[in-house]
Amino acid sequence: MILFDLGLAVLVLGVAAWTIAAREMFSAVVGYVAYGLLLAIVWVRLYAPDVALTEAAIGSGVTGVLLVVASKRLSLLPQADAPPGRGLKRAAAALSVLVAGVLAAAVLTLPDPAPSLAPEADRELAATGLGNAVTAVLIAYRSFDTMLEKVVLVLAVVGVWSVAPDRFWGGRPAPLGPPRPDAALVFLARVLAPIGIVIGVQMFWVGADEPGGAFQGGAILAAMAMIVMMARLTEPPRIDSGRLRLALIAGPAVFLVVGLAGPLMAGSFFAYPAGFAKPLILFIEGFMVLSIAVTLPLLVAGPPSRKGEE
Amino acid sequence: MSPWIIAGFVGAGLVGLGLYALVVNAQPLRKLLAFNLIGSGVFLVFGIVARRGAVGPFPFDPVPQAMVITGIVVAFAASALAVALMLRFAEETGRVTLDPDVWTKPKPDDGAEDQ
Repeated sequence: MILFDLGLAVLVLGVAAWTIAAREMFSAVVGYVAYGLLLAIVWVRLYAPDVALTEAAIGSGVTGVLLVVASKRLSLLPQADAPPGRGLKRAAAALSVLVAGVLAAAVLTLPDPAPSLAPEADRELAATGLGNAVTAVLIAYRSFDTMLEKVVLVLAVVGVWSVAPDRFWGGRPAPLGPPRPDAALVFLARVLAPIGIVIGVQMFWVGADEPGGAFQGGAILAAMAMIVMMARLTEPPRIDSGRLRLALIAGPAVFLVVGLAGPLMAGSFFAYPAGFAKPLILFIEGFMVLSIAVTLPLLVAGPPSRKGEE
Repeated sequence: MSPWIIAGFVGAGLVGLGLYALVVNAQPLRKLLAFNLIGSGVFLVFGIVARRGAVGPFPFDPVPQAMVITGIVVAFAASALAVALMLRFAEETGRVTLDPDVWTKPKPDDGAEDQ
């Protein structure tokens, strides 16, 4: 297995170097998607299947779509490619080697025995009714963090929308796909979307006890929404739609309301009442899946760039 | 050499590669790619902290793992905001570079912003 790990390490670093060295921006982006998938295998080797799913779905998949769309839109403009000077390259290389070396040294001198919160996480796991300790950390032990992360996603959407020119406010983002999408893409979108929706919901549902959860399930649902939009079976929604905005904030809002009800129900902010934790957690997660599935495609689609009537 | 040490070195190497690309490239989308490489390198180093914290029933410490999941999602949100800003910047200026020297020279194609 050591050979497998070494080979994987060389492959990950090699593909990462390729994304930097590739002359075409588009090749670099495609390299980045492959890199993300390879990285997911490294995460599996580190006994982190939940992280591997997130890396594959969001780090590689959704980010990949974002970068592909961006590179297409940027490639329409003239490229001012001033190659960096030799001095700058040398200085940057020296700095990079120094930082990487210090990090590697830090890896070798990590404290032994390693500090760990695993025993604490295990002790209270039964009280949450969950079987997946990572989900328990996200939704129970560190729930305030996770709620704020959802708020960050909403703020990112507000940030993306706010760079729109005034005349397009309330309109639709630009279409994700070409005017006449490939017949194969349309077919793929029609066949894959129903299956993907089932897998996404399943991944959220089993996430309570097995690898998976709200992020990973939501990301798969988001990917299905994006592929349907790329095939032009549907268009990105108008950003002034009330239902859209409600879906956007439903996750953090429900999470916050349950958290604020904590002092009444369980005696503490963001505490869940004993014996009723799991239904409450799944209730919150359901709305989070909805919000994630709506937020990610909106972030990829970008600011509104046309009036909604078109 | 255990797998986690190899993964730690990969993380350190990724931060190095990303840092180099971040400094050297003036094209904003390439800077964003480099930023994401650095980010995943940092996550990987944090991931080995999770792996080393294997105590009791789990082969990992779930707390750092959960934080890495949060980190991946936030990194995506930051990337999306960066893409929106750079597309608007390119649209306004007709240029796809952050190189300060380019701004003092005449434009390569003066008609670019009139479209």
